[in-house]
Amino acid sequence: MAPMDTNIESRTIAVLVDNEPGVLARVIGLFSGRGYNIESLTVTEVDVAHGFSRITVVTSGTAQILEQIKAQLGRLVPVHRVRDLTKEGTSVERELALIKVAGAGEKRVEALRIADIFRARVVDSSHDHFVFEMTGQSDKLDVFVDLMQPLGLIDVSRTGVVAISRGAKAL
Amino acid sequence: MATEQFTGAEIVIKALKDQGVDTVFGYPGGAVLPIYDAIFKQNDIKHVLVRQEGGAVHAAEGYARSTGKVGVVLVTSGPGATNAVTGLTDALLDSIPLICLTGQVPTHLIGNDAFQEADTTGITRPCTKHNYLVRDIETLSRTMHEAFYVAQNGRPGPVVIDLPKDVQQGKIDTYLAPEEVKHRSYRPQVNGEADHINEAVELIANAKRPVFYVGGGVINSGSSASTVLTELVRLTGAPCTTTLMGLGAYPGTDKQFLGMLGMHGTYEANLAMYNCDVMINVGARFDDRITGVIDEFSPDSKKIHIDIDASSINKNVMVDIPIVGDAGRVVEEILRIWKEKKHSLDAKSLKAWWSRIDEWRAKDCLGYVQDGPIIKPQHAIKRLYELTKDRKPYITTEVGQHQMWAAQYFHFDEPKKWMTSGGLGTMGYGLPAAVGAQLAHREDLVIDISGEASFMMNMQELGTIAQYKLPVKIFIVNNQWMGMVRQWQQLLHGNRHSESYSDALPDFVKLAESFGLKGMRCQKAEDLDQMLQEMIDSPEPVIFDCQVAKEENCYPMIPSGAAHYEMLLGPEDSAAKPISEEGMVLV
Repeated sequence: MAPMDTNIESRTIAVLVDNEPGVLARVIGLFSGRGYNIESLTVTEVDVAHGFSRITVVTSGTAQILEQIKAQLGRLVPVHRVRDLTKEGTSVERELALIKVAGAGEKRVEALRIADIFRARVVDSSHDHFVFEMTGQSDKLDVFVDLMQPLGLIDVSRTGVVAISRGAKAL
Repeated sequence: MATEQFTGAEIVIKALKDQGVDTVFGYPGGAVLPIYDAIFKQNDIKHVLVRQEGGAVHAAEGYARSTGKVGVVLVTSGPGATNAVTGLTDALLDSIPLICLTGQVPTHLIGNDAFQEADTTGITRPCTKHNYLVRDIETLSRTMHEAFYVAQNGRPGPVVIDLPKDVQQGKIDTYLAPEEVKHRSYRPQVNGEADHINEAVELIANAKRPVFYVGGGVINSGSSASTVLTELVRLTGAPCTTTLMGLGAYPGTDKQFLGMLGMHGTYEANLAMYNCDVMINVGARFDDRITGVIDEFSPDSKKIHIDIDASSINKNVMVDIPIVGDAGRVVEEILRIWKEKKHSLDAKSLKAWWSRIDEWRAKDCLGYVQDGPIIKPQHAIKRLYELTKDRKPYITTEVGQHQMWAAQYFHFDEPKKWMTSGGLGTMGYGLPAAVGAQLAHREDLVIDISGEASFMMNMQELGTIAQYKLPVKIFIVNNQWMGMVRQWQQLLHGNRHSESYSDALPDFVKLAESFGLKGMRCQKAEDLDQMLQEMIDSPEPVIFDCQVAKEENCYPMIPSGAAHYEMLLGPEDSAAKPISEEGMVLV
């Protein structure tokens, strides 16, 4: 028998589905019902004319579990395609965050200075707060959020990862 | 002339007819009255009134499994739908194609906690292959046909269509015929990949100790799958074992058949699995009743796995050659290449392999001694088999000891004769399943091999049997215990029989008579054959209360957490090999 791999890996999986009622519940129910991890999940319609939605899910598990996850996704009836973006070559992954920092004086100046370094945009501000918008890889967002912590961070909203493969081939 | 108008309810009936449906199992209620009205106005589809919706689903399963067609259920909203949930889950785990039509409150009331409202699609999402809520009559005919396609293709399973009452009552002038509907996304792979099939053929051809491990997928694939599989197994001369769900996929009386494998499988089947060098899994799923402890499952074999469901492959056991495809098609291809290349197994190795298997067989693991007046349950089932086998009966079972004894002592030479709740293990399955099988095969002998405890779970369906004059034979192996629970309590919980006694049982003969059925009771071994014959010959439905030895255990047994070679063959073995702590947490 082939040896079981116990190494836990993280994967970004793209799923093209029919945009029909309940399709997201099916995907989420699959993960919760079978005890798989969801680290991040995004979904929105990507092709209105054909009624396709695209789900990007970041998950983790052993190689065997990850293959199971893909096979289980693949057998859901409204699923058209399942692609393992991590395994099948390189991909671009991005996440968007809106980050609210409140405060005044030195901390406020420092927050703005760091935002500038990270190329975060100010999308809302008053005398006592900023809302920064930042796009990047998730770990970059993590670092920025950490840096804002002592500077008056009060609210974070993140989209979760969206991803697309590099090169000329489509999903 | 104005174009023809259909109501939603009429479209439902028309779609059922166009899908070749002749029988629907159901129970009316407020939210499905328009469909019941449409049923009243036609004669093509027979509606069978069950006594509880759970019975309807199991009856449809029995109908589907004994015919190879899709079983159809019609229930109302709310409690009608929730009562169907167990049967749907049962059908999902055993891959039975079903369509379950559920009534729903009108669309404008959905979400208002209306009377008899339940979130049917939400509740049934994890226990169906797919489900639909039809909000718009425009999509109704398409949805009906799609549902039939989904239920039957790929790995079969139950599909729910939730039908709000206003959709049933609405009117429309268009109807799509089945051939006009093509599913957008669902295209299961039926032909295996050629290079994997070639590799598999080579692996089998070079095997020294091969074994075929055959599951319910072969039965779902259709009768021709059993035919080609049987030809392949016979051509190779290799041994063959089947799972509980696979009984009948290979002839049960054939000399190459090792009996069922798994927790209560035969010694020879399990040891052949443990010791083989090449395992050919056709349409089985390496579930925990089969493998025993995974780490010690057939450690030295190369494994081929043929399954139409890619997610079954490498789920529990890692295999060497995965083949995603329809069992029948793939086996046919293997057979073709095998013949073309004029392969044969190495005769010397095969002979040595069979002589080892014959040594295991010589243990006679299903042996028992019937002496004295008390009927051994094994004996009861063995005699039932001997006396009925010429009539090729349809057998359904409930769940527990009697189910395992039936699997061990009844032999099936053909597919679709054996209906049991394998995956979910649903007590109460057998009686309604027998109703479904008998409705599909009015002239054949249909027997529900039951236990007294399981029988009580769906005995309301006696009313259905009486109403439709179904000559079902209900053979109750009555030991006055939930026997399998008692057995586990004995083996694992210090013989403390917590709540496992079947107290306050009815008088089954009087119970039968109260429904206008024939009731029989057998208490002595010497009466058994004659009374069985009387039951078999009776044109009426019969409840046969077969009172058997009370505390007989079901052997052989692989205790939970143990490996194939650690089988317990009888009570002496059980005392010698206590079950591990790890084993106790497993079910």
